[in-house]
Amino acid sequence: MQGFSSEFSAALALIFRGDAELWSIVLLSLEVSILAVLISAVIGMPLGAALAVARFPGRRVLIILMNALMGLPPVVVGLLVYLMLSRSGPLGVFELLYTPTAMIIAQVVLVTPIISALTRQVVEILAEEYAEQLRSLGVSRLASVPVLLWDARLALVTALLAGFGRAIAEVGAVIIVGGNINHVTRVMTTTIALETSKGNLALALALGAILIGIAVAVNAMVSTLTLRAEQEGLRHA
Amino acid sequence: MRDLMIEETAGLKVSGVHITRKGSVLLDVPQLSLNGPGPTLILGPNGAGKSLLLRCLHGLISPDCGRVTQGGVPLNAVHKSQQAMVFQQPVLLRRSVAGNLDFALKRVGLARAERKKKIADLLAEGGLSEKARQSAKYLSGGEAQRLAVLRALALSPKTLFLDEPTSSLDPGATQAIERMILSASSQGVRIVMVTHDIGQARRLASDVVMMQGGYVVEHGAAKQVLDSPASEASRRYLAGRLVT
Repeated sequence: MQGFSSEFSAALALIFRGDAELWSIVLLSLEVSILAVLISAVIGMPLGAALAVARFPGRRVLIILMNALMGLPPVVVGLLVYLMLSRSGPLGVFELLYTPTAMIIAQVVLVTPIISALTRQVVEILAEEYAEQLRSLGVSRLASVPVLLWDARLALVTALLAGFGRAIAEVGAVIIVGGNINHVTRVMTTTIALETSKGNLALALALGAILIGIAVAVNAMVSTLTLRAEQEGLRHA
Repeated sequence: MRDLMIEETAGLKVSGVHITRKGSVLLDVPQLSLNGPGPTLILGPNGAGKSLLLRCLHGLISPDCGRVTQGGVPLNAVHKSQQAMVFQQPVLLRRSVAGNLDFALKRVGLARAERKKKIADLLAEGGLSEKARQSAKYLSGGEAQRLAVLRALALSPKTLFLDEPTSSLDPGATQAIERMILSASSQGVRIVMVTHDIGQARRLASDVVMMQGGYVVEHGAAKQVLDSPASEASRRYLAGRLVT
Protein backbone atom coordinates (compact mmCIF):
# COMPACT_ATOMS: atom_id res chain seq x y z
CA MET A 1 0.00 0.00 0.00
CA GLN A 2 2.88 2.28 0.90
CA GLY A 3 4.45 1.39 -2.45
CA PHE A 4 1.33 2.43 -4.26
CA SER A 5 1.07 5.78 -2.50
CA SER A 6 4.72 6.56 -3.16
CA GLU A 7 4.25 5.64 -6.84
CA PHE A 8 1.18 7.87 -6.92
CA SER A 9 3.10 10.77 -5.37
CA ALA A 10 5.85 10.26 -7.93
CA ALA A 11 3.19 10.26 -10.69
CA LEU A 12 1.78 13.57 -9.45
CA ALA A 13 5.29 15.00 -9.31
CA LEU A 14 5.87 13.97 -12.93
CA ILE A 15 2.67 15.73 -13.99
CA PHE A 16 3.10 18.94 -12.06
CA ARG A 17 6.81 19.53 -12.57
CA GLY A 18 6.17 19.35 -16.33
CA ASP A 19 8.23 16.26 -17.13
CA ALA A 20 9.30 16.72 -20.77
CA GLU A 21 9.08 13.04 -21.71
CA LEU A 22 5.63 12.66 -20.21
CA TRP A 23 4.20 15.72 -21.92
CA SER A 24 5.75 14.86 -25.31
CA ILE A 25 3.96 11.49 -25.10
CA VAL A 26 0.69 13.24 -24.20
CA LEU A 27 1.07 15.71 -27.08
CA LEU A 28 1.81 12.96 -29.61
CA SER A 29 -1.22 10.99 -28.39
CA LEU A 30 -3.48 14.01 -28.78
CA GLU A 31 -2.02 14.86 -32.19
CA VAL A 32 -2.52 11.33 -33.54
CA SER A 33 -6.02 10.86 -32.10
CA ILE A 34 -7.36 14.31 -33.00
CA LEU A 35 -6.09 14.00 -36.57
CA ALA A 36 -7.53 10.49 -36.85
CA VAL A 37 -10.93 11.68 -35.58
CA LEU A 38 -10.95 14.67 -37.94
CA ILE A 39 -10.13 12.48 -40.95
CA SER A 40 -12.71 9.92 -39.83
CA ALA A 41 -15.31 12.68 -39.46
CA VAL A 42 -14.65 13.96 -42.98
CA ILE A 43 -15.11 10.42 -44.34
CA GLY A 44 -17.64 8.99 -41.90
CA MET A 45 -20.16 11.79 -41.49
CA PRO A 46 -21.11 12.27 -45.16
CA LEU A 47 -21.01 8.49 -45.60
CA GLY A 48 -23.34 7.90 -42.65
CA ALA A 49 -25.67 10.71 -43.71
CA ALA A 50 -25.77 9.47 -47.31
CA LEU A 51 -26.62 5.99 -46.08
CA ALA A 52 -29.38 7.48 -43.92
CA VAL A 53 -31.13 9.20 -46.83
CA ALA A 54 -30.30 6.97 -49.80
CA ARG A 55 -32.55 4.10 -50.82
CA PHE A 56 -30.98 1.28 -52.82
CA PRO A 57 -30.93 -2.53 -52.81
CA GLY A 58 -28.49 -3.85 -50.24
CA ARG A 59 -28.72 -0.76 -48.01
CA ARG A 60 -29.80 -2.83 -44.99
CA VAL A 61 -26.85 -5.18 -45.46
CA LEU A 62 -24.49 -2.22 -45.66
CA ILE A 63 -25.92 -0.78 -42.43
CA ILE A 64 -25.51 -4.12 -40.64
CA LEU A 65 -21.94 -4.33 -41.93
CA MET A 66 -21.18 -0.79 -40.80
CA ASN A 67 -22.61 -1.45 -37.35
CA ALA A 68 -20.57 -4.63 -37.11
CA LEU A 69 -17.40 -2.74 -38.04
CA MET A 70 -17.89 -0.58 -34.94
CA GLY A 71 -16.61 -3.53 -32.96
CA LEU A 72 -13.54 -4.22 -35.09
CA PRO A 73 -10.81 -5.87 -32.97
CA PRO A 74 -7.97 -3.33 -32.82
CA VAL A 75 -5.23 -5.95 -33.07
CA VAL A 76 -6.78 -7.29 -36.29
CA VAL A 77 -6.91 -3.76 -37.71
CA GLY A 78 -3.32 -3.28 -36.60
CA LEU A 79 -2.31 -6.48 -38.36
CA LEU A 80 -4.14 -5.54 -41.59
CA VAL A 81 -2.68 -2.02 -41.65
CA TYR A 82 0.74 -3.53 -40.86
CA LEU A 83 0.42 -5.86 -43.86
CA MET A 84 -0.62 -2.96 -46.11
CA LEU A 85 2.24 -0.72 -44.97
CA SER A 86 5.00 -3.29 -44.58
CA ARG A 87 7.84 -3.23 -47.09
CA SER A 88 6.26 -6.02 -49.16
CA GLY A 89 2.71 -4.64 -48.83
CA PRO A 90 0.87 -2.58 -51.45
CA LEU A 91 1.63 0.70 -49.64
CA GLY A 92 5.15 -0.31 -48.56
CA VAL A 93 6.71 2.12 -51.01
CA PHE A 94 5.59 5.03 -48.83
CA GLU A 95 7.62 3.72 -45.84
CA LEU A 96 4.96 4.66 -43.33
CA LEU A 97 5.33 1.74 -40.96
CA TYR A 98 6.43 2.72 -37.43
CA THR A 99 5.52 6.37 -37.98
CA PRO A 100 2.75 8.46 -36.42
CA THR A 101 1.09 8.46 -39.88
CA ALA A 102 0.71 4.67 -39.67
CA MET A 103 -0.92 5.08 -36.27
CA ILE A 104 -3.30 7.69 -37.66
CA ILE A 105 -4.23 5.33 -40.52
CA ALA A 106 -4.96 2.49 -38.09
CA GLN A 107 -7.07 4.76 -35.89
CA VAL A 108 -8.97 6.10 -38.91
CA VAL A 109 -9.86 2.51 -39.84
CA LEU A 110 -11.12 1.92 -36.30
CA VAL A 111 -12.92 5.23 -35.78
CA THR A 112 -14.57 5.79 -39.19
CA PRO A 113 -17.15 2.98 -38.75
CA ILE A 114 -18.07 4.35 -35.30
CA ILE A 115 -18.61 7.89 -36.58
CA SER A 116 -20.44 6.80 -39.73
CA ALA A 117 -22.71 4.33 -37.93
CA LEU A 118 -23.64 6.85 -35.22
CA THR A 119 -24.12 9.57 -37.85
CA ARG A 120 -26.40 7.26 -39.83
CA GLN A 121 -28.56 6.67 -36.76
CA VAL A 122 -28.83 10.34 -35.82
CA VAL A 123 -29.40 11.57 -39.39
CA GLU A 124 -31.94 8.88 -40.24
CA ILE A 125 -34.22 10.01 -37.39
CA LEU A 126 -33.89 13.66 -38.45
CA ALA A 127 -34.33 12.79 -42.14
CA GLU A 128 -37.63 11.13 -41.33
CA GLU A 129 -38.82 14.26 -39.54
CA TYR A 130 -37.62 16.58 -42.31
CA ALA A 131 -38.47 14.40 -45.32
CA GLU A 132 -41.69 16.03 -46.55
CA GLN A 133 -40.63 19.54 -45.56
CA LEU A 134 -37.35 19.32 -47.45
CA ARG A 135 -39.03 17.83 -50.50
CA SER A 136 -41.59 20.61 -50.33
CA LEU A 137 -38.73 23.12 -50.27
CA GLY A 138 -37.31 21.44 -53.37
CA VAL A 139 -34.31 19.86 -51.64
CA SER A 140 -33.29 16.55 -53.23
CA ARG A 141 -32.16 13.54 -51.16
CA LEU A 142 -28.52 14.18 -52.02
CA ALA A 143 -28.77 17.91 -51.32
CA SER A 144 -30.39 17.14 -47.98
CA VAL A 145 -27.16 15.52 -46.67
CA PRO A 146 -25.38 18.78 -45.69
CA VAL A 147 -28.64 20.22 -44.34
CA LEU A 148 -29.19 17.19 -42.13
CA LEU A 149 -25.56 17.09 -40.99
CA TRP A 150 -25.71 20.76 -40.02
CA ASP A 151 -29.01 20.46 -38.20
CA ALA A 152 -27.86 17.32 -36.36
CA ARG A 153 -24.57 18.95 -35.37
CA LEU A 154 -25.19 18.91 -31.63
CA ALA A 155 -26.05 15.21 -31.65
CA LEU A 156 -23.11 14.49 -33.95
CA VAL A 157 -20.68 15.88 -31.39
CA THR A 158 -21.47 12.72 -29.43
CA ALA A 159 -20.39 10.64 -32.42
CA LEU A 160 -17.11 12.57 -32.55
CA LEU A 161 -16.63 12.04 -28.82
CA ALA A 162 -17.23 8.31 -29.15
CA GLY A 163 -14.67 8.24 -31.95
CA PHE A 164 -12.16 10.24 -29.92
CA GLY A 165 -12.69 7.96 -26.94
CA ARG A 166 -11.96 4.93 -29.08
CA ALA A 167 -8.88 6.55 -30.64
CA ILE A 168 -7.23 7.94 -27.52
CA ALA A 169 -7.76 4.73 -25.52
CA GLU A 170 -6.59 2.39 -28.28
CA VAL A 171 -3.50 0.20 -27.74
CA GLY A 172 -3.51 -2.92 -29.93
CA ALA A 173 -3.46 -1.37 -33.38
CA VAL A 174 -1.08 1.51 -32.67
CA ILE A 175 1.47 -0.71 -30.96
CA ILE A 176 1.58 -3.00 -34.03
CA VAL A 177 1.88 -0.29 -36.68
CA GLY A 178 3.68 2.30 -34.53
CA GLY A 179 6.13 -0.03 -32.80
CA ASN A 180 6.10 2.02 -29.56
CA ILE A 181 9.40 3.71 -30.48
CA ASN A 182 10.61 6.15 -27.85
CA HIS A 183 10.18 9.83 -28.89
CA VAL A 184 8.71 8.73 -32.26
CA THR A 185 5.57 6.64 -31.88
CA ARG A 186 5.20 6.20 -28.15
CA VAL A 187 1.72 7.33 -27.07
CA MET A 188 -0.02 7.27 -23.70
CA THR A 189 -1.63 3.85 -23.93
CA THR A 190 1.40 2.04 -25.34
CA THR A 191 3.64 3.69 -22.76
CA ILE A 192 1.32 2.66 -19.93
CA ALA A 193 1.46 -0.95 -21.17
CA LEU A 194 5.24 -0.87 -21.53
CA GLU A 195 6.07 0.95 -18.29
CA THR A 196 3.71 -1.24 -16.26
CA SER A 197 5.44 -4.35 -17.57
CA LYS A 198 8.78 -2.75 -16.63
CA GLY A 199 7.50 -1.92 -13.14
CA ASN A 200 7.77 1.85 -13.69
CA LEU A 201 4.36 2.54 -12.21
CA ALA A 202 4.86 6.27 -11.64
CA LEU A 203 4.97 7.14 -15.35
CA ALA A 204 2.15 4.68 -16.11
CA LEU A 205 -0.02 6.17 -13.36
CA ALA A 206 0.73 9.74 -14.44
CA LEU A 207 -0.27 8.96 -18.02
CA GLY A 208 -3.37 7.08 -16.83
CA ALA A 209 -4.46 10.08 -14.76
CA ILE A 210 -3.93 12.43 -17.73
CA LEU A 211 -5.85 10.06 -20.01
CA ILE A 212 -8.83 10.08 -17.66
CA GLY A 213 -8.48 13.85 -17.24
CA ILE A 214 -8.60 14.36 -21.00
CA ALA A 215 -11.74 12.21 -21.29
CA VAL A 216 -13.48 14.16 -18.51
CA ALA A 217 -12.34 17.55 -19.86
CA VAL A 218 -13.50 16.84 -23.43
CA ASN A 219 -16.88 15.62 -22.21
CA ALA A 220 -17.32 18.60 -19.90
CA MET A 221 -16.38 21.02 -22.68
CA VAL A 222 -18.82 19.50 -25.15
CA SER A 223 -21.56 19.34 -22.56
CA THR A 224 -21.07 23.02 -21.69
CA LEU A 225 -21.01 24.07 -25.34
CA THR A 226 -24.16 22.09 -26.09
CA LEU A 227 -25.99 23.53 -23.11
CA ARG A 228 -24.95 27.08 -24.00
CA ALA A 229 -26.01 26.63 -27.62
CA GLU A 230 -29.39 25.31 -26.51
CA GLN A 231 -29.94 28.09 -24.00
CA GLU A 232 -28.92 30.99 -26.15
CA GLY A 233 -30.40 29.72 -29.39
CA LEU A 234 -28.23 28.96 -32.32
CA ARG A 235 -26.62 31.63 -34.34
CA HIS A 236 -28.35 32.35 -37.57
CA ALA A 237 -26.85 29.98 -40.15
CA MET B 1 -63.15 36.98 -70.61
CA ARG B 2 -59.38 37.02 -71.12
CA ASP B 3 -58.82 37.00 -67.33
CA LEU B 4 -61.10 34.01 -66.98
CA MET B 5 -59.12 32.15 -69.62
CA ILE B 6 -55.85 32.88 -67.84
CA GLU B 7 -57.35 31.58 -64.60
CA GLU B 8 -58.49 28.46 -66.40
CA THR B 9 -55.11 27.70 -67.93
CA ALA B 10 -53.20 28.43 -64.73
CA GLY B 11 -55.50 26.21 -62.65
CA LEU B 12 -54.72 22.95 -60.94
CA LYS B 13 -56.56 19.97 -62.30
CA VAL B 14 -56.81 16.44 -61.00
CA SER B 15 -57.76 13.75 -63.51
CA GLY B 16 -58.46 10.11 -62.63
CA VAL B 17 -56.25 10.17 -59.56
CA HIS B 18 -56.46 6.92 -57.63
CA ILE B 19 -54.53 5.65 -54.61
CA THR B 20 -55.14 2.29 -52.96
CA ARG B 21 -53.18 0.66 -50.16
CA LYS B 22 -53.71 -2.93 -49.03
CA GLY B 23 -56.95 -3.13 -50.98
CA SER B 24 -58.47 0.02 -49.46
CA VAL B 25 -59.26 3.04 -51.59
CA LEU B 26 -57.56 6.03 -50.00
CA LEU B 27 -58.19 8.50 -52.79
CA ASP B 28 -60.36 8.34 -55.88
CA VAL B 29 -60.83 11.64 -57.67
CA PRO B 30 -61.97 11.27 -61.28
CA GLN B 31 -62.06 15.02 -61.95
CA LEU B 32 -61.37 18.14 -59.90
CA SER B 33 -60.46 21.63 -61.11
CA LEU B 34 -59.22 24.29 -58.73
CA ASN B 35 -59.48 27.51 -60.68
CA GLY B 36 -60.99 29.99 -58.27
CA PRO B 37 -58.99 33.10 -57.48
CA GLY B 38 -59.82 32.95 -53.76
CA PRO B 39 -58.87 30.34 -51.16
CA THR B 40 -60.03 26.77 -51.74
CA LEU B 41 -60.76 24.90 -48.52
CA ILE B 42 -60.92 21.13 -48.41
CA LEU B 43 -63.27 19.87 -45.71
CA GLY B 44 -64.13 16.43 -44.46
CA PRO B 45 -63.74 13.96 -41.60
CA ASN B 46 -60.53 12.12 -40.70
CA GLY B 47 -59.56 9.60 -43.34
CA ALA B 48 -61.47 11.46 -46.04
CA GLY B 49 -58.29 11.77 -48.14
CA LYS B 50 -57.88 15.53 -47.74
CA SER B 51 -54.20 15.51 -46.80
CA LEU B 52 -53.47 12.86 -49.41
CA LEU B 53 -55.12 15.01 -52.10
CA LEU B 54 -53.08 18.00 -50.94
CA ARG B 55 -49.84 15.97 -51.18
CA CYS B 56 -50.80 14.80 -54.68
CA LEU B 57 -51.43 18.40 -55.72
CA HIS B 58 -48.01 19.39 -54.35
CA GLY B 59 -46.26 16.40 -55.93
CA LEU B 60 -45.18 14.87 -52.62
CA ILE B 61 -47.09 11.69 -53.44
CA SER B 62 -47.44 10.10 -56.84
CA PRO B 63 -50.87 8.56 -57.39
CA ASP B 64 -51.19 4.94 -58.53
CA CYS B 65 -52.83 6.28 -61.67
CA GLY B 66 -54.17 9.52 -63.03
CA ARG B 67 -52.42 12.85 -63.05
CA VAL B 68 -52.28 16.33 -61.67
CA THR B 69 -51.83 19.14 -64.16
CA GLN B 70 -51.24 22.82 -63.85
CA GLY B 71 -52.06 25.07 -66.76
CA GLY B 72 -52.83 21.95 -68.78
CA VAL B 73 -49.40 20.30 -68.37
CA PRO B 74 -48.46 17.57 -65.90
CA LEU B 75 -47.01 18.88 -62.65
CA ASN B 76 -43.30 19.41 -63.23
CA ALA B 77 -40.27 20.80 -61.39
CA VAL B 78 -41.06 24.36 -62.44
CA HIS B 79 -44.61 24.09 -61.07
CA LYS B 80 -43.30 22.56 -57.84
CA SER B 81 -40.82 25.38 -57.43
CA GLN B 82 -43.78 27.77 -57.56
CA GLN B 83 -45.59 25.93 -54.79
CA ALA B 84 -45.06 25.80 -51.04
CA MET B 85 -46.64 23.83 -48.26
CA VAL B 86 -47.32 24.30 -44.57
CA PHE B 87 -47.86 21.12 -42.58
CA GLN B 88 -50.15 20.40 -39.66
CA GLN B 89 -47.18 20.15 -37.31
CA PRO B 90 -44.63 22.79 -38.29
CA VAL B 91 -41.33 21.19 -39.21
CA LEU B 92 -38.76 23.82 -38.34
CA LEU B 93 -35.08 23.43 -39.03
CA ARG B 94 -32.84 23.29 -35.96
CA ARG B 95 -31.65 26.83 -36.51
CA SER B 96 -32.63 30.29 -35.44
CA VAL B 97 -35.95 31.84 -36.47
CA ALA B 98 -34.12 33.99 -39.03
CA GLY B 99 -32.06 30.95 -40.11
CA ASN B 100 -35.24 29.13 -41.10
CA LEU B 101 -36.27 32.00 -43.36
CA ASP B 102 -32.73 32.35 -44.69
CA PHE B 103 -32.76 28.70 -45.72
CA ALA B 104 -35.90 29.20 -47.84
CA LEU B 105 -34.61 32.44 -49.34
CA LYS B 106 -31.35 30.73 -50.34
CA ARG B 107 -33.48 28.17 -52.18
CA VAL B 108 -34.89 30.93 -54.37
CA GLY B 109 -31.39 32.24 -55.01
CA LEU B 110 -31.54 35.64 -53.32
CA ALA B 111 -28.24 37.39 -52.60
CA ARG B 112 -27.17 37.95 -48.99
CA ALA B 113 -28.21 41.61 -48.79
CA GLU B 114 -31.61 40.88 -50.34
CA ARG B 115 -32.11 37.98 -47.98
CA LYS B 116 -31.35 40.13 -44.97
CA LYS B 117 -33.92 42.71 -45.98
CA LYS B 118 -36.53 40.11 -46.89
CA ILE B 119 -36.01 38.31 -43.56
CA ALA B 120 -36.60 41.57 -41.67
CA ASP B 121 -39.78 42.23 -43.69
CA LEU B 122 -41.12 38.72 -43.18
CA LEU B 123 -40.37 38.71 -39.46
CA ALA B 124 -42.15 42.05 -39.08
CA GLU B 125 -45.11 40.69 -41.00
CA GLY B 126 -45.32 37.65 -38.72
CA GLY B 127 -44.66 39.61 -35.52
CA LEU B 128 -41.46 37.66 -34.87
CA SER B 129 -38.85 40.41 -35.22
CA GLU B 130 -37.90 40.17 -31.54
CA LYS B 131 -37.20 36.46 -31.87
CA ALA B 132 -35.02 36.55 -34.99
CA ARG B 133 -31.92 35.15 -33.28
CA GLN B 134 -33.73 32.75 -31.01
CA SER B 135 -33.64 29.03 -31.71
CA ALA B 136 -36.81 28.07 -33.58
CA LYS B 137 -37.38 25.14 -31.26
CA TYR B 138 -38.23 27.48 -28.38
CA LEU B 139 -41.14 29.12 -30.19
CA SER B 140 -44.69 28.55 -28.95
CA GLY B 141 -47.03 26.50 -31.14
CA GLY B 142 -48.60 29.61 -32.66
CA GLU B 143 -45.23 31.29 -33.29
CA ALA B 144 -43.83 28.11 -34.81
CA GLN B 145 -46.73 27.84 -37.22
CA ARG B 146 -46.42 31.56 -38.10
CA LEU B 147 -42.77 30.96 -38.88
CA ALA B 148 -43.70 27.94 -41.02
CA VAL B 149 -46.15 30.10 -42.99
CA LEU B 150 -43.57 32.89 -43.35
CA ARG B 151 -40.97 30.40 -44.55
CA ALA B 152 -43.41 29.08 -47.14
CA LEU B 153 -44.19 32.64 -48.25
CA ALA B 154 -40.45 33.38 -48.45
CA LEU B 155 -40.41 31.10 -51.49
CA SER B 156 -42.79 33.58 -53.22
CA PRO B 157 -45.10 30.73 -54.20
CA LYS B 158 -47.91 31.04 -56.70
CA THR B 159 -49.76 28.31 -54.83
CA LEU B 160 -49.65 27.75 -51.07
CA PHE B 161 -50.92 24.47 -49.67
CA LEU B 162 -51.79 24.33 -45.98
CA ASP B 163 -52.63 21.09 -44.19
CA GLU B 164 -54.73 21.91 -41.13
CA PRO B 165 -52.29 24.62 -40.05
CA THR B 166 -54.42 25.75 -37.10
CA SER B 167 -55.68 22.40 -35.81
CA SER B 168 -53.66 22.62 -32.59
CA LEU B 169 -53.76 26.39 -32.08
CA ASP B 170 -55.83 28.58 -29.79
CA PRO B 171 -58.25 31.16 -31.28
CA GLY B 172 -55.73 34.02 -31.10
CA ALA B 173 -53.00 32.07 -32.86
CA THR B 174 -55.56 30.79 -35.38
CA GLN B 175 -56.63 34.35 -36.14
CA ALA B 176 -53.01 35.39 -36.75
CA ILE B 177 -52.51 32.53 -39.22
CA GLU B 178 -55.80 33.29 -40.97
CA ARG B 179 -54.76 36.93 -41.36
CA MET B 180 -51.53 35.83 -43.01
CA ILE B 181 -53.42 33.49 -45.33
CA LEU B 182 -55.90 36.16 -46.38
CA SER B 183 -53.09 38.65 -46.88
CA ALA B 184 -51.23 36.19 -49.12
CA SER B 185 -54.43 35.44 -51.03
CA SER B 186 -55.09 39.15 -51.58
CA GLN B 187 -51.58 39.39 -53.06
CA GLY B 188 -52.42 36.75 -55.63
CA VAL B 189 -51.17 33.57 -53.96
CA ARG B 190 -53.53 30.70 -54.69
CA ILE B 191 -54.48 29.11 -51.37
CA VAL B 192 -55.46 25.45 -51.08
CA MET B 193 -56.07 24.50 -47.47
CA VAL B 194 -57.31 21.47 -45.56
CA THR B 195 -59.35 22.06 -42.44
CA HIS B 196 -61.82 20.38 -40.10
CA ASP B 197 -63.10 23.72 -38.92
CA ILE B 198 -66.37 24.69 -40.58
CA GLY B 199 -66.17 28.19 -39.09
CA GLN B 200 -62.74 28.61 -40.63
CA ALA B 201 -64.10 27.53 -43.99
CA ARG B 202 -66.79 30.19 -43.70
CA ARG B 203 -64.20 32.84 -42.81
CA LEU B 204 -61.69 32.01 -45.51
CA ALA B 205 -63.09 29.98 -48.35
CA SER B 206 -63.99 31.17 -51.77
CA ASP B 207 -64.76 27.60 -52.81
CA VAL B 208 -65.08 24.41 -50.80
CA VAL B 209 -64.22 20.82 -51.66
CA MET B 210 -66.08 18.33 -49.45
CA MET B 211 -64.48 14.91 -49.15
CA GLN B 212 -65.45 11.63 -47.59
CA GLY B 213 -63.91 8.17 -47.75
CA GLY B 214 -61.36 9.18 -50.37
CA TYR B 215 -63.95 10.72 -52.68
CA VAL B 216 -64.86 14.31 -53.51
CA VAL B 217 -68.55 14.45 -52.64
CA GLU B 218 -69.08 18.09 -53.50
CA HIS B 219 -67.19 21.08 -54.86
CA GLY B 220 -68.57 24.53 -55.32
CA ALA B 221 -68.69 28.12 -54.15
CA ALA B 222 -68.23 28.32 -50.38
CA LYS B 223 -71.60 29.89 -49.69
CA GLN B 224 -73.42 27.32 -51.76
CA VAL B 225 -71.67 24.27 -50.29
CA LEU B 226 -71.75 25.50 -46.71
CA ASP B 227 -75.30 26.88 -46.71
CA SER B 228 -77.06 24.56 -49.14
CA PRO B 229 -75.01 21.38 -49.44
CA ALA B 230 -76.13 19.16 -52.26
CA SER B 231 -74.87 15.84 -50.92
CA GLU B 232 -76.07 13.93 -47.88
CA ALA B 233 -72.45 13.47 -46.70
CA SER B 234 -71.90 17.25 -46.74
CA ARG B 235 -75.18 17.87 -44.93
CA ARG B 236 -74.30 15.39 -42.20
CA TYR B 237 -70.78 16.80 -41.78
CA LEU B 238 -71.93 20.41 -41.72
CA ALA B 239 -74.73 19.57 -39.31
CA GLY B 240 -72.05 18.33 -36.91
CA ARG B 241 -73.22 14.73 -37.02
CA LEU B 242 -70.60 12.02 -36.69
CA VAL B 243 -69.47 10.99 -40.14
CA THR B 244 -67.26 7.97 -40.84
